Amino acid sequence: MLLPFMVLVVAYSIGSTIRLADNPNDKLLPGLLGFGEAIQRMAFTADPHTGEILLWSDTKASLFRIFCGLGISTVLALAVGMVIGMLPHVRALLAPFVAAIAMVPPLALLPILFIVLGLGETSKIALIVIGIAPTMMRELAMRAQELPREQIIKAETLSGNSWQIALRVFLPQILPRLITSMRLQLGPAWLFLIAAEAISSDSGLGYRIFLVRRYLAMDVIFPYVGWITLLAVLTSLLLDQFRKWIFPWSELEAAP
Amino acid sequence: MSELVIENLWKEYDSQIVLERISLTIASRSFVALVGPSGCGKSTFLRILLGQEQATRGKILVDGQPLPAEPGAERGVVFQQYSVFPHLTVLGNVLLGKEFSDAGIKAKLFGAAKRNAISEAKAMIEDVGLGGAEDKYPSQLSGGMRQRLALAQALMMKPKVLLLDEPFGALDPGIRADIHTLMKRLWNQTQMTIVMVTHDLREAFTLASRVIAFERPRDRPEEREGYGATITKDHEIWPPRVAGVASNYRPPGEGK
Ligand SMILES: Nc1ncnc2c1ncn2[C@@H]1O[C@H](COP(=O)(O)OP(=O)(O)OP(=O)(O)O)[C@@H](O)[C@H]1O
Ligand SMILES: [Mg+2]
Repeated sequence: MLLPFMVLVVAYSIGSTIRLADNPNDKLLPGLLGFGEAIQRMAFTADPHTGEILLWSDTKASLFRIFCGLGISTVLALAVGMVIGMLPHVRALLAPFVAAIAMVPPLALLPILFIVLGLGETSKIALIVIGIAPTMMRELAMRAQELPREQIIKAETLSGNSWQIALRVFLPQILPRLITSMRLQLGPAWLFLIAAEAISSDSGLGYRIFLVRRYLAMDVIFPYVGWITLLAVLTSLLLDQFRKWIFPWSELEAAP
Repeated sequence: MSELVIENLWKEYDSQIVLERISLTIASRSFVALVGPSGCGKSTFLRILLGQEQATRGKILVDGQPLPAEPGAERGVVFQQYSVFPHLTVLGNVLLGKEFSDAGIKAKLFGAAKRNAISEAKAMIEDVGLGGAEDKYPSQLSGGMRQRLALAQALMMKPKVLLLDEPFGALDPGIRADIHTLMKRLWNQTQMTIVMVTHDLREAFTLASRVIAFERPRDRPEEREGYGATITKDHEIWPPRVAGVASNYRPPGEGK
């Protein structure tokens, strides 16, 4: 499992060594030692201007935005997805609208968001929500629609009313899909966050990367990219563990 | 008591007539097997009895009262597939009806009401031969066990009428024989009237007190649209089988 990662590190070291042998001041592929220094500076030393450790303050800012974005999108997706999936009338009305919204390129809306919502946190979180919520809504609506009609009829013969059926039949079968859908949207969520931070921000992982880009500081950019990847992978793993823990049946082979 | 009277029932889909001139009186506590070629409208008829669909013409009375237009607790159902809830354990599946009928908006029972419901559900699980499997999920059960579970779940509501659409069609012969024994016992123990659709004539004659065949009297391709299926055979089993009365006679070749 670790082999491909090791191959990557070795290949990088070779490339870096060759380039540094040519020109010791090369900035494009810094050596592993260079990374060590940069990590020491960013992650373990307080910044002289602000007195904060930059990696942590950047991480805090970014994680706050991304979890707000994910949280709002999840709540929206659950509400809208359930309603579209369960109620055919609402589906006929809303599904084309959601489908169209999902096609709007979110980054094209970013200037509008900045103009309307200002340059603060709101516009960044809004971009994430606009970027991922429509896809999640559509995914959930599809899952709700896919529930066999027989299950609903059966629940009615067990004297369930619409509310009870929503609560005990739809919701629990939709929630594990919601978690999976959240995991799949982690990538896009980071994409939109970094885009927003790159354009206008004064903190955040994306902001830092685009700031140090001006000095070709690859020794900072590479560790930051690695760190973002690690955060995304960990979030994804945690979400999946959470799903298995709360909904053990969703892990079993699907019943025919 | 639960006598079913069907008076001159027709069912049309758009321009296609599926059922026509169905008139039938089903005595209380009888066990009717419904047979007929594929596509002749057996499932459609059952769905109408269930309230999932409405007849185009005609009347259905249960004990002299018009049939409620929506599926409800007075009519239980077991389909060939998807009759149980994959996200609930065996116990959870059997409890669900009680939770719907007794627990209102929360659809979950607590305290003494919960304990009583659980002991009732456990007795029912034991009765259908699933004792010990209370904590399993449906995907961990065999096909036969799933259908037993679907029966237990339906029987908890003490329905007046039990509707079965090829409930054992997907089971192996040996398992089917076992579940037939169970089915007979349940019919004798309870007050239900049973209507079962089946493709298997042997099954029909093994279980039922009355076997009814649907067929299209005119079945040339150009006549398909304009003529529906109707009752072509109506056969009371002789000597009569009566629920709750032991019968010594067994048709030749029947297991047990
Ligand atoms: N919702 C529907 N809309 C239009 N036509 C339908 C609908 N449901 C059933 N039909 C038609 O009604 C006819 C009877 O279907 P049905 O499912 O009742 O047959 P069946 O006797 O149960 O067949 P099988 O033995 O294969 O299960 C078929 O020709 C089918 O195409
Ligand atoms: Mg059928």
